[in-house]
Amino acid sequence: MTFELIIFYIFSGILVTGALGVVLVRNPVYAALFLILSFFTSSAIWLMLEAEFLGITLVLVYVGAVMVLFLFVIMMLDINMDPLREGFVKMMPFAAIVAIIFAGEIVLVMTSGSFDFNHAVAHAVDYSNTKEIGSKLYTEYVYPFEIAAVILVVAIIAAITLTLRRREGVKHQVPAKQIRTKRNERVRLVKMPAEKRVGE
Amino acid sequence: MITLSHFLILGALLFSISIAGMFLNRKNILILLMCIELMLLAVNINFIAFSHYLNDINGQIFVFFILTVAAAEAAIGLAILVVLFRNRRTINVQDLDEMKG
Repeated sequence: MTFELIIFYIFSGILVTGALGVVLVRNPVYAALFLILSFFTSSAIWLMLEAEFLGITLVLVYVGAVMVLFLFVIMMLDINMDPLREGFVKMMPFAAIVAIIFAGEIVLVMTSGSFDFNHAVAHAVDYSNTKEIGSKLYTEYVYPFEIAAVILVVAIIAAITLTLRRREGVKHQVPAKQIRTKRNERVRLVKMPAEKRVGE
Repeated sequence: MITLSHFLILGALLFSISIAGMFLNRKNILILLMCIELMLLAVNINFIAFSHYLNDINGQIFVFFILTVAAAEAAIGLAILVVLFRNRRTINVQDLDEMKG
């Protein structure tokens, strides 16, 4: 058993435990924290697979942005967990059977010998994973890359428009309307005869 | 010596755990979204393992795009969740029967 294999087993153990935590734990905040743990650990596993750029991206994008968003939403909503948990124990055997059958089938396929290409090329010391991904991304995959950018913009706009709301009865200024206003919309000159003094 | 099968089995375990999570937490949209993230993570592990052992960088590019789409999906999903909670005061899937489908 090599040192690498020991590290792999440690990380996979943490990853599977984290995933089980996400699924089984009662409080959604803890679930999100377990999910963060799984993301960190799988980032370490990706580093073992020499995918350094994606490992760092996973931590930055997922832990730094997506999971923080999750935590924000969980803490913003005041959720009563009890009705959401009903049927949890009842479904447990069914879910376990489905998961075990699924995992067993895949493990059978994986260990059948069809996936025995284990000649990973050892790269030189000055090999840069980031450089290679970049050169591929900006040449061969430049259109998908731009489409990905468009998808992100659409996501931003969609998220903002979905959550935007106009509250009734709130006073606020509209600067555009204030700037566009003319003099004669605000001031009205009235011509009227002079009053006569009382008692004349 | 770590082989490709080690990583593929890890991905399979992760995927089946998140399938079980879908069954268990089928009323809580928040946990369902988290399970989707876990599934995507399992798929990404498979992609990167194949990319490493076949010495082909294209797999990692795919993971990059999956990460992009998953981030967009999480943002929109959570926005929908917030709007839903604002209108219905619940995120229970069973209460969402307005469309009578």
